[in-house]
Amino acid sequence: MTLQDKDRIFTNLYGFQDWGLKAAQKRGDWDATKALIARGQDSIIDEVKASGLRGRGGAGFPTGLKWSFMPKESKDGRPSFLVINADESEPGSCKDREILRHDPHKLIEGALVAGFAMRARAAYIYIRGEFIREAENLFAAVQQAYDAGLLGKNAAGSGYDFDVFVHRGAGAYICGEETAMIESLEGKKGQPRLKPPFPAGAGLYGCPTTVNNVESIAVVPTILRRGASWFSSFGRENNKGTKLFQISGHVDKPCVVEETMGISFRELIEKHCGGIRGGWDNLLAVIPGGSSVPLVPAEQIIDAPMDFDGLKELGSGLGTAGVIVMDKSTDIVRAISRLSYFYKHESCGQCTPCREGTGWMWRMMERLRTGAAEPREIDMLYEVTKQVEGHTICALGDAAAWPIQGLIKHFRPELERRIAEHAGAMQEAAE
Amino acid sequence: MPKVTVDGQEIEVPNGATVLQACELAGKEIPRFCYHERLSIAGNCRMCLVEVKPGPPKPQASCALPATEGQEIRTDSEMVKKAREGVMEFLLINHPLDCPICDQGGECDLQDQAMAYGRGASRYHENKRAVTEKYMGPLIKTWMTRCIHCTRCVRFSEEIAGVDEIGALYRGEDMQITTYLEHAAKHELSANVIDLCPVGALTSRPYAFEARPWELSKTWGIDVSDAMGTNIRIDARMREVLRVLPRNNDDVNEEWISDKARWQVDGLTRRRLDKVWIRRGGKLEAASWDEAFAVIAGANAGSSVAAIAGDLLDCETMFAAKKLLGALGSTLIESRQTGMDYPVDNLAAVNFNSTFAGIEEADAILIVGSHIRWEAPLVNVRLRKAIKRGAKVFVVGPHWETTYPAEFLGDDAAVLGDLPSHVADAMSQAERPAIIVGGAGLAAGALDTALSLAGKWNLVRDGWNGFNVLHMAAARMGALMLGFAQKGGLRDLADAKPKVLLSLGADEVNYQQFAGSLKVYIGHHGDKGAHAADVILPASAYTEKAGTYVNTEGRVQMSDKAVFAPGDAREDWTILRALADVFGVSVGFDSFDELRAAMIAEVPALGQEGLASYGALPQPGTGTPKGKIAYPIKDFYLTNPIARASLVMQRCSAELLHGDADFAEAAE
Repeated sequence: MTLQDKDRIFTNLYGFQDWGLKAAQKRGDWDATKALIARGQDSIIDEVKASGLRGRGGAGFPTGLKWSFMPKESKDGRPSFLVINADESEPGSCKDREILRHDPHKLIEGALVAGFAMRARAAYIYIRGEFIREAENLFAAVQQAYDAGLLGKNAAGSGYDFDVFVHRGAGAYICGEETAMIESLEGKKGQPRLKPPFPAGAGLYGCPTTVNNVESIAVVPTILRRGASWFSSFGRENNKGTKLFQISGHVDKPCVVEETMGISFRELIEKHCGGIRGGWDNLLAVIPGGSSVPLVPAEQIIDAPMDFDGLKELGSGLGTAGVIVMDKSTDIVRAISRLSYFYKHESCGQCTPCREGTGWMWRMMERLRTGAAEPREIDMLYEVTKQVEGHTICALGDAAAWPIQGLIKHFRPELERRIAEHAGAMQEAAE
Repeated sequence: MPKVTVDGQEIEVPNGATVLQACELAGKEIPRFCYHERLSIAGNCRMCLVEVKPGPPKPQASCALPATEGQEIRTDSEMVKKAREGVMEFLLINHPLDCPICDQGGECDLQDQAMAYGRGASRYHENKRAVTEKYMGPLIKTWMTRCIHCTRCVRFSEEIAGVDEIGALYRGEDMQITTYLEHAAKHELSANVIDLCPVGALTSRPYAFEARPWELSKTWGIDVSDAMGTNIRIDARMREVLRVLPRNNDDVNEEWISDKARWQVDGLTRRRLDKVWIRRGGKLEAASWDEAFAVIAGANAGSSVAAIAGDLLDCETMFAAKKLLGALGSTLIESRQTGMDYPVDNLAAVNFNSTFAGIEEADAILIVGSHIRWEAPLVNVRLRKAIKRGAKVFVVGPHWETTYPAEFLGDDAAVLGDLPSHVADAMSQAERPAIIVGGAGLAAGALDTALSLAGKWNLVRDGWNGFNVLHMAAARMGALMLGFAQKGGLRDLADAKPKVLLSLGADEVNYQQFAGSLKVYIGHHGDKGAHAADVILPASAYTEKAGTYVNTEGRVQMSDKAVFAPGDAREDWTILRALADVFGVSVGFDSFDELRAAMIAEVPALGQEGLASYGALPQPGTGTPKGKIAYPIKDFYLTNPIARASLVMQRCSAELLHGDADFAEAAE
């Protein structure tokens, strides 16, 4: 049940063709966009709801439902905005980058259609600061769309006025959190806001706002053209459609590939990545959804379906589908410790548990890496992660806690072995 | 009115209340650091976590969560206890725990809450974070390693003071609170962040390492550095006032005080008049009370005695002086030292009628000749609130840096007679229009025009009186209520050529007009009045005597005595009582209680704390405004003899207003 070429949405994922407007139009983008818009707002939202599309940014919230929270009419004259999250910074994720590089017009057309559906006045695309070439392409693509009359007044001849602004970030991971992104767009320090109010009530500049991932927006025109039933024919119940998987780490050919949701891990690796380095027996563990989700040990992941619910059952998550594969040569404690360092470095510093806890967790992980710890400190570390998890404004605290929880859950013997070894070495040195 | 259940107790809470407020209504204490009633909600310290059903299965920040119908809130569950312990542990892991050398010790939220909600022992064995100190000016001492990043100081500067100068740099555990480029916090309310800081990160620089809170005697007083009547707590040890803190009063100062009110008190121990002095051969020589009284009696003044009241006086002193002069057969009393002569037969015309709390409701405000930030910093805070609610502000007078959008209409008071049409429209169409006439406006003769505009724009309407005069002297309204004024102002006194002039702490008077008089200065600081005096009788400052004060909105407030006056100095009323014996007359009181009772018998309004009633506004006179408006305050930090004697105020003036960095270095 692997995905056939005819069913791929991202037909220029690898950049074999030109990214520009002409080439994009040849691939079917911007084809009768006016007709898509003519279907009307409610019909578009219903179609997206029917397709079963869940947000591709990691949390997996149903996209159509999210759009339906936007006000149908402005009671006080405030406009609505669409913010597109292109601040792809999750370690292990690299799908939005390919879209921005090679298929930016899919995103821009999606922005227009989605923006129209949620009655937005404009879309802001917040692109990660480190994406320099990608931003260049995006700026150019937006300009091409304006020049061709596809954006601006009477966008694509639809009678709807719609603008797209591209805003470059400055490299903070936390600006990928939706309310921190809004703060950053407003020119402030990127720190997540308290919710409620939710962005759909008061977001960018206090106006109703929806924040969507690049992939969620970019697939919308194709879903509308080919129909909700086509999209929902892929995958399992509640986990429909196709998805960009990004496989990195110890596979023979790391790649980004579009596949159906729910494809088994084994099939994904065998078919697209040329297998695990050193064979299946050499697989140690997998982080299936970008660095924020707990790792899954080899024996559990091999035949698991790669989708939201399938991975949730394993105590992990699909996240952004940034699959990090680790074989037995990996120093797993060091790998997780490095992730802890990342979260310590990227915590915004607003909430106490995350500001103080991420640094504490990283320092303890570093000691566990060398074994310079007491066995009871493993439980203490676990308790600290529990003190961070769920106690903060945004989910960065959770994201910092989960990888460590996954490690302790699945690799406690390894941690204990290192502590014993270190204690033994100290003992010898002392004698 | 949603109904919620807090720990099994069902209560009704007001609409729009938060879960934290609901818990407080139910009598539950919720620990908090970032939450403050007068600041916006940040929700970042995570100390106020409670368990709320329905909701996600994790603890919720109660400060930011609206209370809704049917919520079940638990503040005593295992989850809440663990959450509090966890957050407290995180707050403490990088906190230096240097309580023994920390000035906040004994009045520290972190200390108190760690005792109440903490775990008891640390499990943290890594290195602690250290943060370099930041320079925040002459009043705020920083020790940023202790900072717990509650951002109260950031929100105060931004929201209350309206000056964006404190912020956070960097992120995560490297986050640091600092001023912009480490410049001093340059506004009149800067030191309030010291009170707001829940830990010892921002402490008081002049008070550093002076005392522990439990050593201090605490007295409730009224500030005299401006005419606001700010409610203060005077903290003293032995005979010295060590610091002044604000007291909560929502009608007057909310919970803020100006930097001058807070720190002029170190001037109370400098340049003090603590002995009797007599001028002999042009030089002042120390003398005894009897010698001084003999000199005064030797003037043979008869009824040719006049008295000028200074700006810092309490009503009792002025009443005693009035009684003394009355017994001598003189009515030459005046309190407007600079020679102003606005009519005072109707005090409603020179009162801040909207009240400070009321001015927040105004939607169009015309300020005539008042540098509000310097003349009444806390009124400026109220104006800022009004502007946040959509009010428009117009100013007649030279430009000053407002903390809100305001339109300056010109320096010449004559512009009042010919206001631009958009200003006139805004004022006449407003629902609650207000005029504020400042001292410079009065000096420029704008009172009559302002009164006629008040009639034209209908400033007094149902439940609203928008006509305001903003004074600068703490004694002013009390003096006017006691009749301490002449029709022609100070000129009437000078014209009468009194043989004896009693100067009651009057330091802003031009004494050359009284060249022929025996000038008796009864006051507490060696300032301008003492320089001109022939006889100096040492008296008490505002912290050294009980007294009644009336602020510029006509609010009668009483202050208590915190410490004794230094040396030979006496309470002012006792000096005046002794002078009665010198002059051989009877004033009818022998104790402070008798004095106060006599005063209340004569002016009953002074016996009742709260707003005095002055009746309706009078018909405007025919005066026309003349000439350019010039604000009387040239230096915010040095407006009275106490402040001028204060090293802290001198340093603030040099560094913050005159950019004199050498002063800062020399002091260190």
